[in-house]
Amino acid sequence: MSWLTTYVRPKIRNLLGKRDVPDNLWTQCESCSQMIFAADLHKNLNVCPHCGHHMRALVTDRLDWTFDAGSYTRIELPKAPVDPLGFRDQKRYTDRLKDQRAKTHLDESLVVAHGTITGHKAVVAVMAYEFLAGTMGAALGEGIVAAARLAVLQHAPLVVFTASGGARMQEGMISLMQMPRTTIAVQMVRDAGLPYVVVMTNPTTGGVTASFAMLGDIQIAEPNALIGFAGPRVIEQTVRETLPDGFQRSEFLQEHGMLDMVVARKDMRETLGRIIGLLGRQPVADAA
Amino acid sequence: MRQFLDFEKPVAELETKIDELRLLSAPPEGGARPAGEANSVQIGDEIAKLQEKADKQLRATYAKLTPWQKVQVARHAQRPHALDYIRTLITDYMPLAGDRSFANDEAVVGGIGRFEGRSVVVVGTERGSDLDTRLKHNFGMARPEGYRKAVRLVELAGRFGLPILSFVDTPGAFPGIDAEARGQAEAIARSIDACLAAPVPILATVIGEGGSGGAIALAAGDRVFMLEHAIYSVITPEACSSILWRDTSQATAAAEALRLTAQDLKHFRLVDEIVPEPLGGAHRDPAAAIRNVGQLLRQALPSLCQLDPSALRAQRREKYLAMGRLGS
Ligand SMILES: [Zn+2]
Repeated sequence: MSWLTTYVRPKIRNLLGKRDVPDNLWTQCESCSQMIFAADLHKNLNVCPHCGHHMRALVTDRLDWTFDAGSYTRIELPKAPVDPLGFRDQKRYTDRLKDQRAKTHLDESLVVAHGTITGHKAVVAVMAYEFLAGTMGAALGEGIVAAARLAVLQHAPLVVFTASGGARMQEGMISLMQMPRTTIAVQMVRDAGLPYVVVMTNPTTGGVTASFAMLGDIQIAEPNALIGFAGPRVIEQTVRETLPDGFQRSEFLQEHGMLDMVVARKDMRETLGRIIGLLGRQPVADAA
Repeated sequence: MRQFLDFEKPVAELETKIDELRLLSAPPEGGARPAGEANSVQIGDEIAKLQEKADKQLRATYAKLTPWQKVQVARHAQRPHALDYIRTLITDYMPLAGDRSFANDEAVVGGIGRFEGRSVVVVGTERGSDLDTRLKHNFGMARPEGYRKAVRLVELAGRFGLPILSFVDTPGAFPGIDAEARGQAEAIARSIDACLAAPVPILATVIGEGGSGGAIALAAGDRVFMLEHAIYSVITPEACSSILWRDTSQATAAAEALRLTAQDLKHFRLVDEIVPEPLGGAHRDPAAAIRNVGQLLRQALPSLCQLDPSALRAQRREKYLAMGRLGS
């Protein structure tokens, strides 16, 4: 249990306070262009009440929606090396990180928490697209490994919500090495006989898709999420063809056998709860 | 015909001169020597002097290749490719084909054979070396079928206790409509998963270009070797330049920033050993490059073969978990 005392310092969500949604703001749906009252949109889990379009969700909202009564314990994730390459493009990587931290109030592109989902114990890792497009660097890899360890320790299933633009280029090959590292995390959960459920949200691409995001015992996606390895623009440039309608969207992947189900946000908690309940270790009948 | 890279121009000029002199001193077909004996000795001296100069130039150039120059060397058309390594190092080689589900992807080659008398499974990405073979192997860009073939081979190796040698040389996984529709991401993920779970040793060698996810799919091994002038990167410098600099002309800067050389990756402890290349790069003397790889594999294999499957897997996991971790 030693790593728990070092890594896991519980932060009670309630202390942070609920996010205040200004009730006088309007948002336009990017799909049907209808105007929506911000408070209504938030009440509707960031799903357009007119057309059902699933907009992006902040990690904090995602955790609220997933755990029973919005109650959970966040764990502090192990620190990873900061800017191991000394990377600089037009801007320093360290400055980009600083900006992102200030803007999102997050340390990195992953948040891990534990609690219950319809009464079942679960560890949930949520990728934060709002943090550098949910890109995968060493911190994300460490976080997924920590989430897997916590699941094994608590003998709880692991649920991961993915959202990623792919590799964190600024970490070079250290970013690529998160593919085997997160795969090992999945193997640890698998070896412990615990369910591993992936929920893919818009968008999930690149190295994240090609590692832990596609290795779930059960694969779920939110409606119309972009899911793929290569991004649509890269494909278009390579094959010099217009991509078919709905290409690389959740429904397309389900048709092609890559997903078990496409689940609307409002049904997510209940669906996860049922899966965990059905897959959870059944009490073994006594042989005697 | 030797193909020269831009930065090899001074060497190219010297070697052209040498070739001209050689032609001059050689007797024409069926005729007598155009020059006298003394003249021929003089030409011989001149050739030796120029050769020495060319070698010196080559040594100086290759001792301080920039990352971008290494990118070009790693992609050199005359560099030995996966099948060259397999044909030279593996005896009794029997290619195996197909993913048992959809097709046989020629971008991934592999089969069974012997290395140093020991039965092994080999797998690699092959780019091809002329127009026909490049098209046949899709320039080394695999589709899901390719990675699923690799999974098959890795599992076959596991069942029969055969060590796996992999040779990685790919610009990346193929970004195509068909590849995505058939689950490119899933296929790569399964391949990484299979490599990490394998109960037998996996020795991966990046022989040319280690292109991102398409490379790690076959390179999650117990030992990862890299040729001296090979590159291994999370993204091509060209793509990185267009995304981060919003300008396709910054590939040189991107190549530097990405730290994609064997020397950098050894420094970060992401690869285990660097395989020395012959003077002027593997493309100048493919046989020597292949020999050097063979020697390293020969040294590394026996001790790994003695580990039992659970110890091997545990060691492999620890190796990857330690990568890029704080304080390691
Ligand atoms: Zn709408």
